[in-house]
Amino acid sequence: MSLPLLSTLIFLPLAGAAVVAALDRRREGTIRWTALCAALLALAVAVLIAVRFAAGTAAMQFEERRAWVAAAGIAYHLGVDGVSLPLVLLTALMLPLGLLSSWGSVTERVKEFTISMLVLETALLGTFLSLDLVLFYVFWDAVLIPMYFIIGLWGGPRRAYAALKFILYTATGSALMLIAVIALYVHSGTVLGARTFDLIALRALDLPMPLQAWLFGAFALAFAIKVPVWPLHTWLPDAHVEAPTAGSVLLAAVLLKMGTYGFLRFLLPLFPEAARLFAPLMATLGVIGILYGGIVSWAQRDMKRLVAMSSVSHLGFVTLGAFTLTVEGLQGSLLQMVNHGISTGGLFLLVGVLYDRTHSRRLDDYGGVATLMPRFAVVATIVMLSSMGLPGTNGFVGEFLILLGAFRANPAYAAWAAGGVVLSAVYLLWMYQRVMHGPVGSAVPARLPEIGGRELVLFLPLLALIFWIGLYPNALLRRSEASILAIVERVQPAARPVARERP
Amino acid sequence: MTLPPLDLRLLRPELIVAVGAMALMLWGARGGQDGAVRWAALVVLAAALWEVLALGAAGEGAGAMYVRDGLTVVLQSTALLAALVASALGGRYVERAALEAGEFHALVLVAALGAMVMAASRDLIMLFLGLETLSIPLYVLAAFARADLRSQEAGMKYFLLGAFSTAFFLYGIALVFGSSGSTALGAVAAAPPSLLLRVGTGLLLVGLAFKAAIVPFHAWAPDVYEGAPLPVTAYMAVIAKVGAFAALLRVVPAVLGASRNEWIPVLGALSVITMVVGNFAALLQTGIKRLLAYSGIAHAGFMLIGISAGTAEGAGAVAFYLVAYALMTLGAFGVILMVERGGEEADQVADLTGLAWRSPPLAAAMAVFMVSLAGLPPTAGFMAKFYVFTAALDAGQTALAITGVLTSVVSAYFYLRVAYTMFTGEPRPAVVFVGGRWVTAALIFSTAGVLALGVFPAPLTAFVRQVAQVLR
Repeated sequence: MSLPLLSTLIFLPLAGAAVVAALDRRREGTIRWTALCAALLALAVAVLIAVRFAAGTAAMQFEERRAWVAAAGIAYHLGVDGVSLPLVLLTALMLPLGLLSSWGSVTERVKEFTISMLVLETALLGTFLSLDLVLFYVFWDAVLIPMYFIIGLWGGPRRAYAALKFILYTATGSALMLIAVIALYVHSGTVLGARTFDLIALRALDLPMPLQAWLFGAFALAFAIKVPVWPLHTWLPDAHVEAPTAGSVLLAAVLLKMGTYGFLRFLLPLFPEAARLFAPLMATLGVIGILYGGIVSWAQRDMKRLVAMSSVSHLGFVTLGAFTLTVEGLQGSLLQMVNHGISTGGLFLLVGVLYDRTHSRRLDDYGGVATLMPRFAVVATIVMLSSMGLPGTNGFVGEFLILLGAFRANPAYAAWAAGGVVLSAVYLLWMYQRVMHGPVGSAVPARLPEIGGRELVLFLPLLALIFWIGLYPNALLRRSEASILAIVERVQPAARPVARERP
Repeated sequence: MTLPPLDLRLLRPELIVAVGAMALMLWGARGGQDGAVRWAALVVLAAALWEVLALGAAGEGAGAMYVRDGLTVVLQSTALLAALVASALGGRYVERAALEAGEFHALVLVAALGAMVMAASRDLIMLFLGLETLSIPLYVLAAFARADLRSQEAGMKYFLLGAFSTAFFLYGIALVFGSSGSTALGAVAAAPPSLLLRVGTGLLLVGLAFKAAIVPFHAWAPDVYEGAPLPVTAYMAVIAKVGAFAALLRVVPAVLGASRNEWIPVLGALSVITMVVGNFAALLQTGIKRLLAYSGIAHAGFMLIGISAGTAEGAGAVAFYLVAYALMTLGAFGVILMVERGGEEADQVADLTGLAWRSPPLAAAMAVFMVSLAGLPPTAGFMAKFYVFTAALDAGQTALAITGVLTSVVSAYFYLRVAYTMFTGEPRPAVVFVGGRWVTAALIFSTAGVLALGVFPAPLTAFVRQVAQVLR
């Protein structure tokens, strides 16, 4: 292998940003196409990696390892496995969609916006591909800065407040994680002989208990804020509502997954004993999030806020799945990360399409859109059904696996969480009815242009994925299975993983 | 008593700076052109930096009062680097405000000389000489805008409080000498602990804490920073820190020798309250100079974490931090030097409103400095904090590290607000660009440095680890 594929993937968007930076700010068309090309190239590389990816092994693939700061034990260590591959693909897919969606909504400071988006992609891909804790932390924290500007500069009226709230919340969590990362490093010296930040080496550490619980707590806090797990979710509605459409899409589809990815990649393998100890707590918080998010979504009058709160509910499922500590639960959790990215990303895009036309997000202002935009209504129906988890769509497979895992861990989780499935049908159908049916609303102009061209290109890949994953989930499950098994074996060494049922 | 023979070859960098300073002073007084004087100052500093690096860890001189070891090399390079950037930043302002260019550059050089001497001291007397050589030019520089009352006030304040702190330091030397019978740091380290030694050590630390603006000895900093002319503030913020922390790095391991367990908690407590006070007080500032003054206090607290660790690793972390601090602080002041409000310093945060859309690169540079000051990756500020926290945890100082990260989060609030201000709103009409080539060059250098140290920290990390050879 001559070309380091993972580094190429990570730094392609950054190179694109550098090219954009050199362009004249008045040539907005060139800027937009350059950025889109860079993002599509990155997607092509990501797909190439997925095609060449060998299923059936938990080992890291396409590994790259170079000394970064040798004196401090930090390495530039990248690798992809079944846990990170789906998220890398998701990131590479959502970025071009986000860029494309901004063509209609972001008209000011296009150059800076485009640069922020591409830098964000580099940071996100780096977060998912790093296998060195310091490298991971650098990418993890670097995500904050472009996102801060995307919300703060291109957002709604309360953007400054929302952007600061977003960054202060998440930075507090990551600050304590940094301490935990360093503590792991210091501890590794006494156990492994040499100090290291290398995740693969650190996974072999069996930390003594009080320390393990503390470090689990620090990592869990950082991830739980990012997810966000109830009751740490209060930054999310503000950030989502104020962010521009592209920002909301990426926030929901990818940024929140950094937290749940952290559960699977770091929390469970690094601190198995503490994970077993705290799993009931985390799973319970997940269940509360499912129900709370659902009920609060129902009460929203702002479409964007509704979709934002529904993320709390959906990510409650993901959290629950991860902390069932079963193979089904973890697989469902991983799959649901991707599904939530597709369906909630899609919902935010739909809201963006409407907002671009009417400049209102209030449900009361809408009505009768289906008669004016029939094609849009079809797309919206499919995305919503996927978000509800209707059989045949991607959402069903993920939720089903999670509930299966939850049932095996503790039937009570499954019983309560199933309530969330009902709730999601309630608030989504309620929203659909208010927007699409009934008399034409006050904010809806008499002539509402139908979606077409660029906007259709936005939704087609999402619709294709909704059905593809819904009908043939094994394409993803097969690639992640070995890695998930390895995690479960690490956390539950005694339990023999049983054969997985496939829907 | 005969004085020990002096090996002048060891002192080449100091001699270059001292002779250069005198020559510049005379040349300026005889009507040397401002631009030419600035060129000369930069050449002198660059030559001294070259010599420092070429000499390396060459040994000791002046009867073991003076030492040129790894720590000296690292700290002197930092001091000279700071002086180079500050000279480039200051030149145009000095010409605009019709200040004496020759005197300005000469004083900058002399202050750098003071910091260099402090970095190379292995004796309290030598350290005192360095401290005075550093301080006196800074008093003069603070009051350098003779027509400006605020500058006069700043100079007077700085002088009075600085004189007090020097007195503390000197009294501390006297007591340490009284109890240990020597002013050599090596001998002090070996002296048996006694009450007198403790009091003396305490007074030494008070004196240095004044210079480094460590809480509760920080009260002068915001007023002096605010009153002094902008390029002076920029330089003072950095060089005084370099000098004071150089002295702490020399003194603390020595005095810690016998009574380590007594002083570590004291230093740790100072570090905690300095981080807390510095970062929280900065939240309330609307003036950019005062904000950066509290930022400087807060960063002194972060650096003190490395000193409190009491290890070679901690010392290396402090050295790395000093380089990062110098680049990001000078850079931030440099951005302010690029603009002017109605012929005066644009010293309010609000003056920066909307400037990004008039000069995107300038705003991008400011964003880099602010992100770095807040300690977010991928910048020098992150690596610097990462190293001091690592040193603290390694030494079992978990509370220090946790206070450090949490106050860093607080700092993100006010630093990012500054960056954000540049990107939003309409520019104030009275605010105009007055930069010039030199400030631009200094800014490009600082930005590149801050990013390079964040992305490729390995070379500097290896360089500062030299200090580990010196300290046990």
